[in-house]
Amino acid sequence: MLSYALRRLAMIVPVLLGISVIVFLIMAMIPGDPALAILGSFATPENTAQLRQDLGLDRPLIEQYVVWLGNLLQGDFGRSYSLNRPVLDEVIERLGPTLLLAGASLILCTILGLAAGVVSAVRQYGWQDKALTLAVLVGLSTPSFWLGLILVLIFSVGLRWFPVSGMYAIYGGGGLTDLLHHLVLPAVTLAVVATGVIARLTRSTMLEVLRQDFVRTARAKGLTERTVILRHALRNALVNIVPIIGIQTGFVLGGAVYIETVFQWPGIGRMLVTAISTRDILLVQGGVLVVAACYVLINLAADLIQHMLDPRIGT
Amino acid sequence: MAWKNGWKAACGALLMLAALSPSPAPAQVPDDVLVVGQIAEPKSLDPHAVTATNDFRILMNLYDGLVRFRSGTLEIEPALAEKWEISPDGKTYTFTLRRGVKFHDGTPFDAEAVKFNFDRMLDDKHPQHDTGPFPLAFFFSAVERTEAADPRTVVFHLKEPYAPLLSNLAYPTGLIVSPEAVRKGGKDYGRKPVGTGAYRFTEWQSNTKVVVERNPDYWNGAPKLQAVIFRPLTDANTRLTELLAGGLDLMVEVPPDAVDLLGKAGGFKLHEQAGPHLWFLILNTREGPFKDVRVRQAINYAIDKEALVKGVLQGTATVADSIVPAAFEWAHDDKLQPYPHDPDRARALLREAGAEGAELKFLVAEGGSGMLAPVPMATAIQADLAKVGLKVTIQTYEWNTYLGLVNQGLAGKGDMAEMAWMTNDPDTLPFLTLRTEALPENGGFNSGYYSNPEIDKLLLQARQSTDRDARAELYRQVQRIVREDAPWAFVANWKQNAVTTERVQGFELQPSFLLNLAHVSKAAQ
Repeated sequence: MLSYALRRLAMIVPVLLGISVIVFLIMAMIPGDPALAILGSFATPENTAQLRQDLGLDRPLIEQYVVWLGNLLQGDFGRSYSLNRPVLDEVIERLGPTLLLAGASLILCTILGLAAGVVSAVRQYGWQDKALTLAVLVGLSTPSFWLGLILVLIFSVGLRWFPVSGMYAIYGGGGLTDLLHHLVLPAVTLAVVATGVIARLTRSTMLEVLRQDFVRTARAKGLTERTVILRHALRNALVNIVPIIGIQTGFVLGGAVYIETVFQWPGIGRMLVTAISTRDILLVQGGVLVVAACYVLINLAADLIQHMLDPRIGT
Repeated sequence: MAWKNGWKAACGALLMLAALSPSPAPAQVPDDVLVVGQIAEPKSLDPHAVTATNDFRILMNLYDGLVRFRSGTLEIEPALAEKWEISPDGKTYTFTLRRGVKFHDGTPFDAEAVKFNFDRMLDDKHPQHDTGPFPLAFFFSAVERTEAADPRTVVFHLKEPYAPLLSNLAYPTGLIVSPEAVRKGGKDYGRKPVGTGAYRFTEWQSNTKVVVERNPDYWNGAPKLQAVIFRPLTDANTRLTELLAGGLDLMVEVPPDAVDLLGKAGGFKLHEQAGPHLWFLILNTREGPFKDVRVRQAINYAIDKEALVKGVLQGTATVADSIVPAAFEWAHDDKLQPYPHDPDRARALLREAGAEGAELKFLVAEGGSGMLAPVPMATAIQADLAKVGLKVTIQTYEWNTYLGLVNQGLAGKGDMAEMAWMTNDPDTLPFLTLRTEALPENGGFNSGYYSNPEIDKLLLQARQSTDRDARAELYRQVQRIVREDAPWAFVANWKQNAVTTERVQGFELQPSFLLNLAHVSKAAQ
């Protein structure tokens, strides 16, 4: 298992390298020039050329990439020209908030999704099942950015229970309570769709498992229904559910891009949106690489957990 | 059944989570702290390295220039320089500096400091030139060298007479930074700014806030506020909900729809100020129907500008009458009237020119600085032109792409294009966009290829004149000629707006579009 983990870890290198080439190419292909983005309406061909030279954009694309890669190997992610600071400083500063938001909503969607799925399966066709199925369907079909706005209108502007945006109170903020207070709405918004996905999958998997012989055996042994469902059925169902939770990580990290915009969460998603619109290629590269690395690592963790749940699954 | 307990436990956990919600109210923002909702994160707080109005709003409160715009006008008045003299040939400007001013880091403000500022921008061998790039340094490209004659006297030697120098010095690119802080900060100076302004920099949390605090030693009187917090809120809806929920005292660039909503909510004040902004259509005078001046005039008659500013722009702009926006009171020709909306006249002119039913290609941006609502504006104009029988095809582009395309000239690309400029001197726009020497092939912005030797001569004279009244007369002549030649369709002058809560006092928007918070205060709740 250790060697499997190491092999998978080593795979990250080519994956990230491939991603960096793709990002570089896409950024080169989309029209628009960083020098123009900086100069705005003052961009005479002359000024633009001068600024392009100052920024090293006049060199061939391959050369730009090789220089970037060489620096990267020495731990230098380059300097963001839209923010005028080292890319790494910015990315590290922004990664924490995103992981926190993504982590919180991943925990939320796992707990709520599993609970809803198990209840639905156990009470198949009962009123709980019907109510939950309806709720899940509504959750799945609600666009998150819209839901975020509605939650803000109700709970922030109307009831004033939660802050509208940001991660800490703008004045005298800080501390865990303040953070949790700001985290609730964005985490819930981000979790809704993923909760639906997990709930539906849990329900169908559980229904399948509950019909199997070992469940009947467990019941026949006189185990409590609780033990049968949680220890035996759910545990077996989890083997199929865990990888889906791993994939939801990608969804949650991707969703962070617009949730962070709606809630002005100072995370990496919002950073990427701005970086793309200003054609800040180095910042985009840095951000995408770090997010991709997180995604790969979390999926590796999901695979390892799946292997622990069912050692028969090949490693 | 045991399962029921688990169900109850889950409900309990949910309830506990919900109990977190009406949690202790966060610390109230005190009465002497102002929170400003900005439209984006600043790029840098180095005034020489940035170009965006959004960044200027913070910078104007951290720094001073040698001169500034008098409140409520675009007239120049002394700031860090007490007075100045211009040599008769217009090539030497001698500034006498204010006594006893210190930067926030305690270093003295003197002639050497001023020289450092302009050398850093203009001299590529200057040791701190690598703290750039300085995209607007060309504002001072007429400066040959600066000289610190004595600690209180700084002399600007120009290559040629350049009348807009003073208003360029009043622009944020002319703000004065602390040389010591630049030497210490190097490339990171933009995140640790030091000026002489009413407020000094306290902290910058990326994408969360920039905080500045009162400078008790400010030469122009210390501000009443203890601190100002600038919050970058890129999403317009979030900015609005923050204002409604009490998270902001001041919000800039309020969308027209929101103005209505805030009026109904109550407790807010709307501020409006027309500025030196012009929204216009560049017409391709080199090829196609717009080679004929009658067709260009016809366009100006055909567009219902009144309906555009009232309908599409919901009253956030006024109808433009000239190439010099009315905000430049001293140079604007008040006798000029906008082209009236007169479709019959337009049709007659088109008939005369034999351009009835002409097909036109219209280049349109999807967004962009000062472009207001470019796509709805374009479709409304398309409909107006259809009424006089012109068939307009719209082509839209992303803003950066659009700029790249249009700045290279319209030849082979289209017959007309939207454009908007915000300037600080009546010279800037015509000088960069209407002279023969400013054709795109010469590196200028004259994308419609307008060329009139009379205009070239007048603009050059105006630029070289050191007498303001003489300059103003020259600009009025330019306005009259350009109105008749109609190289553009003049459409709208944008009114900058802002909303404050009723507690905010002493706030005024400036025609320069800059934000001055030195005299603002907040009433107790």
